[in-house]
Amino acid sequence: MIPTKKEWTEALIARHGRELHQRFSSATVAICGLGGLGSNIAIALARAGVGKLRLIDFDHVDITNLHRQQYKASQIGRCKAESLVSNLQEISPYTEVEAVIEKITEENFAALLKDADIICEAFDSAEAKAMLVNGVLEQLPQCYLVAASGMAGMDSPNTIKTRRITNRFYLCGDEVSEVADTIGLVAPRVMLCAAHQAHTVLRILVGEYEV
Amino acid sequence: MVKVNGAELDIAGKTVAQYLSTTNYDLKRIAVERNGDIVFKSQYEATILQDGDSVEIVSFVGGG
Repeated sequence: MIPTKKEWTEALIARHGRELHQRFSSATVAICGLGGLGSNIAIALARAGVGKLRLIDFDHVDITNLHRQQYKASQIGRCKAESLVSNLQEISPYTEVEAVIEKITEENFAALLKDADIICEAFDSAEAKAMLVNGVLEQLPQCYLVAASGMAGMDSPNTIKTRRITNRFYLCGDEVSEVADTIGLVAPRVMLCAAHQAHTVLRILVGEYEV
Repeated sequence: MVKVNGAELDIAGKTVAQYLSTTNYDLKRIAVERNGDIVFKSQYEATILQDGDSVEIVSFVGGG
């Protein structure tokens, strides 16, 4: 039996305190890319009680995604954004989640992201990361941006870090482990980077801006 | 002198675009921060590096 919304809210307040819960629950966070980073960020933020998540990805769940991304075998072939919404509704039924099935481009990102408080860059391709970071910092100066670079391979978990590059731009990862140069992405190291991003989002929401 | 990713370089007076052209950075994979602000891509040609500037070039790698 699923708890009522009131019970859910009371449980979050008991864990986080009223003030943190108020900050988390009134926030809108957009997640750009729903792979190993984005799917893990979404789950962490939904569990923490972030009020509204906009989940953006054009792609479908593939068998090669399941070693690190938060989908199920039964979801292979289905749309990632809708699959993640469905998974989040099971985990955290009162989080407001919106699936946007679109490829994010230089032309459409501003319209898709402009009402978000914080934007998470969670793409796979380096060019797409740079496009979004440059675009958001130029055209959406009111938003905070938490991006990621370098989380592939079997290097130490301790090299994953968060840096504050400008007042509104944070970068998580080891900044060097390119997926093409390594054995690829491995679940826990990607989750570490996603956890850095998700926790940075929560810290920004409570006014803890330094890393 | 201009500090670029921690190294002091004798490039004051050059534009961001001129400096980048002497490096191996892939312009499609970078963001440039100067004195705490992002240099917009459209301003690389017009932004002249000043003595004492602190610049960071963030070069993205793939994976996510």
